[in-house]
Amino acid sequence: MSQLLIKGGHVLDPAAGVDGILDVLVAGERVVAVGENLDGGDRVLEARGKLVLPGFIDMHVHLREPGFEYKEDVASGGRAAVRGGFTAICCMPNTQPVMDNRTVVEFVRGQAARAGWARVYPVGAISKGLKGEELAEIADMRSAGIVGLSDDGKPVASTELMRLALQYAAPFDLPVISHAEDPTLSQDGVMHRGRVSSLLGLKGVPAEAESVMVARDLLLAGLTGGSLHIAHVSTAQSVELIAFYRSRGVRVTCEVTPHHLLLSDQAVRDTWYDTCTKVNPPLRSPDHVDALRRALREGLIDAIVTDHAPHHQDEKLVEYDYAQFGMVGLETAVSLVAGELVGKGVLDWPQVVALMSTHPARILGVEGGRLEAGGLADFTVIDPGQKVTVDPKDFVSKSRNTPFAGWQLTGAPWGTVVGGQVMMWEGTLTAR
Amino acid sequence: MRLAARHILDLESMPVEDVRLILDTADSMQEILSREIKKVPTLRGKSVCTLFYEASTRTRTSFEMAAKYMSADTTSIATATSAIQKGETLLDTARTIEAMGVDMLIMRHPVSGSCHFLSRHVSASVINAGDGMHEHPTQGLLDLFTMEQHKGSIAGLKVAIIGDILHSRVARSNIWGLVKLGAEVRVAGPATLVPPELEHLGVKVYHRVEPAITGADVVNVLRLQLERQQRGLFPSAREYARYFGVNRARLGLAGTDVLLMHPGPMNRGVEIGSDIADAPFSAIRQQVTNGVAVRMAILYLLLGGAEA
Repeated sequence: MSQLLIKGGHVLDPAAGVDGILDVLVAGERVVAVGENLDGGDRVLEARGKLVLPGFIDMHVHLREPGFEYKEDVASGGRAAVRGGFTAICCMPNTQPVMDNRTVVEFVRGQAARAGWARVYPVGAISKGLKGEELAEIADMRSAGIVGLSDDGKPVASTELMRLALQYAAPFDLPVISHAEDPTLSQDGVMHRGRVSSLLGLKGVPAEAESVMVARDLLLAGLTGGSLHIAHVSTAQSVELIAFYRSRGVRVTCEVTPHHLLLSDQAVRDTWYDTCTKVNPPLRSPDHVDALRRALREGLIDAIVTDHAPHHQDEKLVEYDYAQFGMVGLETAVSLVAGELVGKGVLDWPQVVALMSTHPARILGVEGGRLEAGGLADFTVIDPGQKVTVDPKDFVSKSRNTPFAGWQLTGAPWGTVVGGQVMMWEGTLTAR
Repeated sequence: MRLAARHILDLESMPVEDVRLILDTADSMQEILSREIKKVPTLRGKSVCTLFYEASTRTRTSFEMAAKYMSADTTSIATATSAIQKGETLLDTARTIEAMGVDMLIMRHPVSGSCHFLSRHVSASVINAGDGMHEHPTQGLLDLFTMEQHKGSIAGLKVAIIGDILHSRVARSNIWGLVKLGAEVRVAGPATLVPPELEHLGVKVYHRVEPAITGADVVNVLRLQLERQQRGLFPSAREYARYFGVNRARLGLAGTDVLLMHPGPMNRGVEIGSDIADAPFSAIRQQVTNGVAVRMAILYLLLGGAEA
């Protein structure tokens, strides 16, 4: 079995009680030892000055395959993930055909195995065809390898269907990932409803469109004992509701995106309607952004995810109302977290490891999220001092719809190791 | 004197000096309009295209007349008879027109921000002739011009804007222009037709009409967009007329020398009483005339300023 030795990096995993300048020895796809001055290794990689962390897991990604391969596919998305420092990603089921059955789940897993970049964990649809009418074949998809359920992109409008999903999925240990949005409140809104939507004359989505549904889903999780995960939390009220019901014993976790932590609705005004600012849930007002950052710091939020949503340029180079919702995130997330959250004192690196590796693994019930002997050799290696300027032309994703173009950040993904395979080192993807 | 920007997209970001320059220039354009031969050669050899994705009588005609009085060549594209019907995107349509050598694109579009979007991708000057619910800057300017004509100065003037504020691009352009020139602005309409946090723009917000009109020097009544009723934002045109319409009795609450305005087209008997619309204190027809002068000023300042 070939051995890999990563030497002299700052190895950090609070969950495993590791924090120091250490070596990591890998055999095959597993860690053999973490310690000082380790010997061995057919291949030795130098990581001095770098952070060596348990592999980051992005539990909210749209890979667009099957159906929308012109935006992204499993291979290009997996490559973008590795480039961005992620060792594993969850892909959402809003494909064409919808990932609501074993066949599509197996197809996507097969594509991921053939591509061989990041690990890909499919999320199955809650309802057949994402129609919100009847449950998809959840148990069958579970046996095919899904790690969660979601109709993401669309809310489950029917309260009864959401209740059924939480109840039915619980014995299969599948979290129900809620895209919380009351469609009668959001209607055809395109940005956050507030001061900026008023002055720009764009239809607004009130914060309550999300929070009302978060409240509903929390009550249903309490009723059923199901496991609930709230996707892309964007409002102050959502965070408060989640904290309250968690304290009452409801099984709930939640995630937040870098864009909801770093941009406000003012970005729509500052860019004069740049459609790269159009995303669902919308960029909220600064008071919501502040509340999210506070909640993150206080440990009320479990995970940071990208909600990587690639779109072709033609779908964004149109009038604001007509543009697709969503932004890419896989290749900017680590630098944004390093530069804007760690660099500015919102988070420290141990918290980042929890939010981007340990917690996602635990929520999804997948291996990983630990850097310890016997564990998977999935590592995210970060150069915390590297200065980068976000340039969409550098992306290996098929799409470039980011609102962060031109941002100057300190800290960048430097190495990605998946199951002992070095996928990226010194910022350069390994040829495959 | 030149304008700071190459495009006229909104009054929010227009420097007050440019507002002043356009209004002062419009003053001299009025003189041309009063001549027997209403034609000057200033913009000979310049080409102007109107691109309207929404129906319009006065704005498009006003721009075309303004351009013709100044000897520019004009072309107009209406969506109903163009390749837009074949699914061509806004960007492709605009670039096609531009490839024929157009100096200025005057666009109306149902989506807010479309003129800003367009201005980033073409080299011609872009004039916003109304974008969605955002702004209608030339209407705002002609309303300011009309108020100055009647009241001398706008500073300190109490101006009430009444009606469907939520969907009104005229309201937003009026607010920005009036606030810049120092007016005291009040807006009023049914609570469901007033957008949130409008106070941040420096206006007083009312959800009943009477307190907004009381003591006002100018009452600018907005068109009720009856198509919005489909969404149930207000119960009926009948109820609207009775409780939010500007009629003679409500207008009696205003100052004695009140000026009544409306950007048109009017729903007579709904948002505005028919009798007051045609009364001596109504400037509604004058607004239309002034629109031509203001648009001539803008065309001149953007296309002809260099030679002047």
